[in-house]
Amino acid sequence: MFNVIQQKPETFYDLFERKDGDPHVTHYCPGCGHGVAHKMIAECLEDLGIQDRTILVSPVGCSVFAYYYFDVGNVQAPHGRAPAVATGIKRSRPEAIVLSYQGDGDLAAIGGNEILHAANRGENITVFFINNAIYGMTGGQMAPTSLIGQKTTTSPFGRSLKNEGYPMRVCELLAALEAPVYLERTAIFDNKNNMRTRKAIRKAIQNQIDGLGFSLVEILSPCPTIWKMTPQESRQWVRDQMMPYFKLGIFRDKTTTQTPSAVAASETPAGLEAGSAQAASPQGASKNEPSSPPPTNSLEELKPRTDVSLDEVPAILGIRATERPGETHGQAVYGGNYNERSKFYEAASATPQGSGEEFFPRDVPEQYRDPQIKIAGFGGQGVLLLGEALAESGMLSGYRVSWLPSYGPEMRGGTAHCHVRLSQNEIGSPLVSRPTILLSLNKPSLEKFLPEAVPGALVIYNSSLIDQPPSRTDIEALPLSATEIAEKIGSPKITNMVVVGALIAKTRLLTKESVFAAIEALVKNPKLVEMNRRAVEAGMQAVMEKEEAVKV
Amino acid sequence: MPTPRGKVEIAQDQCKGCAVCVDACPPKVLKLTTVLNVQGYHPVQYLGDGCTGCGICFYACPEPGAITVYKWQDEESKKQKAA
Repeated sequence: MFNVIQQKPETFYDLFERKDGDPHVTHYCPGCGHGVAHKMIAECLEDLGIQDRTILVSPVGCSVFAYYYFDVGNVQAPHGRAPAVATGIKRSRPEAIVLSYQGDGDLAAIGGNEILHAANRGENITVFFINNAIYGMTGGQMAPTSLIGQKTTTSPFGRSLKNEGYPMRVCELLAALEAPVYLERTAIFDNKNNMRTRKAIRKAIQNQIDGLGFSLVEILSPCPTIWKMTPQESRQWVRDQMMPYFKLGIFRDKTTTQTPSAVAASETPAGLEAGSAQAASPQGASKNEPSSPPPTNSLEELKPRTDVSLDEVPAILGIRATERPGETHGQAVYGGNYNERSKFYEAASATPQGSGEEFFPRDVPEQYRDPQIKIAGFGGQGVLLLGEALAESGMLSGYRVSWLPSYGPEMRGGTAHCHVRLSQNEIGSPLVSRPTILLSLNKPSLEKFLPEAVPGALVIYNSSLIDQPPSRTDIEALPLSATEIAEKIGSPKITNMVVVGALIAKTRLLTKESVFAAIEALVKNPKLVEMNRRAVEAGMQAVMEKEEAVKV
Repeated sequence: MPTPRGKVEIAQDQCKGCAVCVDACPPKVLKLTTVLNVQGYHPVQYLGDGCTGCGICFYACPEPGAITVYKWQDEESKKQKAA
C-alpha cells in the first residue's frame, strides 16, 4: 500500500483565508525561495510538536504575510524591528518558541541595529534571514547585500564599490560577537543544499527549545521575478554569483558547549570554542575578512569615466527627450527606438491645434465615451501596464487621462487593479468607483468588481481563466480567451495587450497607431515591442471576428 | 509488473509551473503540461511511472500543498517495522 511520506505540513492553515484570491496557494511568485523556507520551517514545527507554543514574528517585505500561512501565534513587526519584538515576546513568555523571519532589506538595512543588539544580548530566539540580495516587495531596489556590479533600480549601472560599498556579510558580522550560539549560512538551489537548509533550520529551532541562546540561519534564496530570470536561472545565479561572495558554512556553533539558560550570553572566551568542530568546514569562515576584495572582475568597469561629454549624459542616465504635439520635435531621441512614437506625434500635431479641433477618435459609440475604466487581475498579469498603455495612448490621442494603480505587496499571485480615465473634459478624480468599463483578467477580480460596474457597463473578461460568464444581465459582457491567444503568439505575459486590442476594437476609444506608439514608449525591449503589437492585433481580430459572426 | 516504489500527486490548481521540481526529480518522472490551470500557469504532471518516493520534489517546490509524495510499503515490511 502507499503511505504518505511528504505532504502539506499541518502547521500551515488548511485554507489561507486571510489572503485575497485563491486560498490554496501562497502569494509568492513561481520559483520563490520563501515558499521553500516556509515549508521547511512548518515541517520542523510539526515534527518537533511545538506548533502550539510557537510565535512567529513576520517582517516587512514579501514575507510580511507569513501570518497568512502559519497556524501559530503571529505578530507582524514594523520594518526591521522583528528581533526587538521577538525579544519582548520571549522575555515575557519564556516558554514560547519565538521565531523571527526576515529578509535582507529588513534585517540588514533598516533593522541592522536590532539584529546586532539582539544577537549581542544572546536572546534565546531563532532568526531566519532570507538573503536574496535585493528588495523584492518594493520592486528591486539595491539592498545592503546586493553584489558588486549588480544592477538594481537604484543602482542602474551596477552596485559600485565607491558609491555603495561592499555587500554586507551578516553571518560574519554577527560571528564577531561573543553571544550568538549558532550561525550558519545555507542556500536554496539544489537538492543537497535544500536539505542542508532544512537541517540548519531544525538545529536553530532545537537550540531555542534547549534554551541555548541566539541562533540565526542565513538562507541564500532565489528571487526569479525581481532578478528577471526563470526559476532555473535564478537557482544558478545563487550558485554562481551569490555563493562565491557569501560563503556557505557554519560560522558559530556552540551548541555542544553552551550551558542551557534562557537569556544569559556565553562566558566562554572566543579562543576556547573547541566544541565548534564543524567551524573548520566552511571555506574560511573566519578568514573572510571584510576588507578582502569581492570576487568579481568588475572593478575595471567601475573606474569612473572622465571623458563624458554633456551630450552623453541623458543617454547614460536613460533619459529620453520628451516631445509633445506642437512643440519642436525630431531632435535627438535618447535611449531606444522611439521612431514610431515620434511619427505618431508628427501625424498628430499636423491636426490644427488650439482650433478647438481635437484629434481623439470621434466615432466612439455614445455609451463608451468618457469611460471610467477599472482593470483587475492577479499580480504578474500585467494589469498595471495595461492601464499605463491605455493612459499613455489616451494622452497621445489628446484625451485628458489619469492612471491610478492599486496593488498589494505581492509581486505575483496577489491581486492588482488600476483605475484609468480617458476624458475629453477635465478629470475631477482619478478614482474609479463605478466603472463603465471593467477589464477582468481572472476570476476573483471579476467576482470582486462586477457589483461595482454601472448598469450597461462593458465587461471584457478573460475567458481562458474565467469559466463562468458574469452573473449580471444588465451589463454588456464580452468573453475573450486572452491568455490562450497570448500563448499562441508566444507568451502568456502579453495577455494584457490582447485585452487592449479587444477594448479598442470594441469601443474605438483609441486607435491602433496610438496604442503602438504607447507600447513603444513603455516597453523597453524591442523584441517584446513586436510581440506586444501582435498581441494587440490579435485582440482586435478576436473582437472583429466575433462581431462579423453576429452580423452573419 | 514490478511493484512501484512510490508515487507523487500534484495538485494541478496549486502548481505555479515554476518547474523547479522537474529539474530536481532524480528519476525525471515529472513534466510540464501544456494545459492552463485556474491560476493561468502550466502545471507539472507526474508521468505515472518511475517515482521512487524520495521526496526531493517536495522540498524543491515552493507551494505548501502542491506536492504530496507517497512511498510503497507492503504489509509485511510494515509489520516487521512495527515489531
